[in-house]
Amino acid sequence: MRQFDFMGKRRLAFIGSGVLLLISLITLFLQQLNLGLDFTGGTLVEVRYATAPALDVVRQTLESAGFQDVSVQTFGSANEVLVRLQQAFDPGVGEQVTQILRQTGESVDLVRAEFVGAQVGDQLRDQSGLGMLVALGVVMLYVAFRFQYKFAFGALLALVHDVIIVLGVFSLFQLDFDLTVLAAILAVIGYSLNDTIIVYDRIRENIRKSRTDDMAAIFNDAINQTLARTLATSGTTLLVLLALLLLGGDMIHNFALALIIGVGIGTFSSVYVASALLIVLKLQREDLIPAKKENVEEEELP
Amino acid sequence: MLNRYPLWKYLLILIVLLIGLIYALPNLFPEDPAVQISSARSDVSLDERQLERLRSALDEAGIEVQRIEQEASSTLIRLQDAEQQLAARDIVNQALGENYTVALNLAESTPGWLESLGASPMNLGLDLRGGVHFALEVDMEAALTQRLEVNASAIRESLRDERIRYRDTTVDGRTLTITLANEEDRSQARAVISREFPNFQYENRDGGRGAVLAMTLTEQQVNEIQDYAINQNLTTLRNRVNELGVAEPLVQRQGPNRIVVELPGVQDTAAAKRVVGATANLEFRLAARPDTPANETETIAFRNSDNRTAEVMRDVIITGDSVSSASRSFDENGRPQVNINLDGTGGTLMNRATRSNIGRGMAVIYIDNQTRTRMVMQDGEMVEQRVPYTERGIISLATIQSALGNSFRITGLDSPTEAEELALLLRSGSLAAPIYFVAERTIGPSLGKANIEQGILSVEIGMLLIVLFMLVRYKAFGIVANLALATNLILLLAALSMLGATLTLPGIAGIVLTLGMAVDANVLIFERIREEIRAKMPIQQAIHAGYERAFTSIIDGNLTTLLVAVILFSIGTGPVKGFAVTLSLGILTSMFTAIMVSRAIVNLSVGGKPVKKLWI
Repeated sequence: MRQFDFMGKRRLAFIGSGVLLLISLITLFLQQLNLGLDFTGGTLVEVRYATAPALDVVRQTLESAGFQDVSVQTFGSANEVLVRLQQAFDPGVGEQVTQILRQTGESVDLVRAEFVGAQVGDQLRDQSGLGMLVALGVVMLYVAFRFQYKFAFGALLALVHDVIIVLGVFSLFQLDFDLTVLAAILAVIGYSLNDTIIVYDRIRENIRKSRTDDMAAIFNDAINQTLARTLATSGTTLLVLLALLLLGGDMIHNFALALIIGVGIGTFSSVYVASALLIVLKLQREDLIPAKKENVEEEELP
Repeated sequence: MLNRYPLWKYLLILIVLLIGLIYALPNLFPEDPAVQISSARSDVSLDERQLERLRSALDEAGIEVQRIEQEASSTLIRLQDAEQQLAARDIVNQALGENYTVALNLAESTPGWLESLGASPMNLGLDLRGGVHFALEVDMEAALTQRLEVNASAIRESLRDERIRYRDTTVDGRTLTITLANEEDRSQARAVISREFPNFQYENRDGGRGAVLAMTLTEQQVNEIQDYAINQNLTTLRNRVNELGVAEPLVQRQGPNRIVVELPGVQDTAAAKRVVGATANLEFRLAARPDTPANETETIAFRNSDNRTAEVMRDVIITGDSVSSASRSFDENGRPQVNINLDGTGGTLMNRATRSNIGRGMAVIYIDNQTRTRMVMQDGEMVEQRVPYTERGIISLATIQSALGNSFRITGLDSPTEAEELALLLRSGSLAAPIYFVAERTIGPSLGKANIEQGILSVEIGMLLIVLFMLVRYKAFGIVANLALATNLILLLAALSMLGATLTLPGIAGIVLTLGMAVDANVLIFERIREEIRAKMPIQQAIHAGYERAFTSIIDGNLTTLLVAVILFSIGTGPVKGFAVTLSLGILTSMFTAIMVSRAIVNLSVGGKPVKKLWI
């Protein structure tokens, strides 16, 4: 099987990662995230039609008039329609929406227009942030316990790297960041962590088995050995995501996009951030050898 | 012998699979959108002729009827399409006239034997099916009054501490007035109070029989209190309607003083109201002593017996928003009790009030805010008007046994049921300000039909792609992986159904994504087997080694992710919590199916047999 020299190109990869991180941080700092209706709140307009309208037509009319992220629902009866818009409330917006809807020739009355608050409160933001930090800390402890503390650093940096770059892309292109994207980010953390641990596991196994001290060679072997698995798993995941992205419609478009970026970056980072960092951190055989007695499953083999 | 499972493992897998099937099965029988007709007089049901007329009227409007069911006192028209439900109701209403009540309904179609096992389908989310919409109004004036009452209690206490005699305190709107004996006392009191409450506007007024100090809330304070009240109530309602994070409700602020709650999967507003819960408030107060002056006490009736009353202090120790949890349990002697936990400030206040009052009674007062609907003539038209009213009653009067802190218990309850009820009341009273239901409507799906169909199609294609990929790459073992995947899907659906989770479109996408990632474990195992075969290991040993060696990787990888999920669940709220639930369930089921189920299939088919070549 062909062997790729992954570690030989690690400097190039570090530079690439560094540039991406820098761009992400700058754009996050300068223009933040384009938070969606779930986080910012928006405007709610209730209108009454004389005869029941077709909701798809209402939706299209509003979207072609330039409103973004419009949700249109029947409200109580088929004649009453509730419209949620992602834009800051101003007193004129209700009348504006009613005017636009009247253009189709139907009789439309404005019932009320009001601002609506965020669907998720500050509490969610603060607690999620805290949760994320605690989770990262515990993961580091676990990895340090199961492997070694240098692995923990590598895994942590790889995770932070992935999350920042995905957020960076969303900030750079000002894509709509809503709750589904938040869920996607959490999924990316799970995916990237899993990916990193699988590669680490192989590295640990190979260090214990081999007699050489050339860490770069051992890492290359481990990565090449897990390459088929990495490609198969990210392959199936990406296939699903592409189907969701291309066919799924507005609601899951950004969810799929965030994950595609995340899975791509996560796969890259488990090789170049998580593993290559171990070289920078000067991982040595001795770091893992005392743990030899833990390695029971090898002895059990016939 | 290599690659053989003992019988109990096969049985275990079968049992788990069976349970999974039973609880996942109801999802194949989704609730039908329906219109329910009940007659105003209970004994009259619709006759054939009326039904025929309804059928043709619906037909004419292009509404597809699935089935019409006649029950004892009502008729159920099951429809094909949820989008036509409202139109159907209007048509039926017109056709039948005044004598019948027509309501929207979601009709169960789960077979009876499944239902008797407690199995029920998952709800469809607000985006796919809609639900009920409530608007709740937060009583902002009451929030202010409540805050002033609490301040008044504190002021009375510090005046007593400083030995300044006061005659009375009254709260009126945004102003708290304190009547003191003379001007000297007033200037002393003003110095003490303004040190503690610097943000009020103070004013000396001349009262009839003494000196009056008036303190008024500033505009800024009013805004702060109101913002606090509405945000606190938002949080409480969010936690109430979405305890596990998988219910996918919508809770948001609307306008300056309203909260909107939308619940998916229910159209019966009475049922949904039970979920939103009581709109109640609590106050903890000390019982009055026989020598307490009358202007400091109040007589309040007990909640469940009107003719029993108790004298309690007007001073409020804490209100219900300090209660962070309350639950029923049993003491050492098996008697029912209620455990209460308070938040930090609540605990401090409680401690301060109780440590010098051991042996005295403490009352918990339940204040329920409700509205009555009344028809009023307005501009020559009958208009519905909602009149708020308040019910107050003591739900518990217990003796303080020791100084209380952040957590304490109420004992001496008659029955476990009483304890359960009290705990429920304590939990539901944790609102920062009274709220009233002001509107309730059923609401349609927020996604268009085309959008939903697109989403479902993409999910199906995604599934299909995984299955094909595994077949192409691992041939015979691909079949094994796909069988494991199918089991995984069944178990995941079963677990989510048992938890009462709600399916939204992104949620469905998430489930398929979980499956896409879940093949990872099988991929790891199969790649390892291939590797061992390439290293010229005998086939049976290669299978064994593949499963054994991949095991540590799978466990390490999944455990770390599971750790993240568990922490997110315990710290996060709302959707983050819900995501953590789905993620951890997905990890557990995928580990079970990828390791146990796929191994069982492999063991059954090729395990221990003289196989020459593996189709992998």
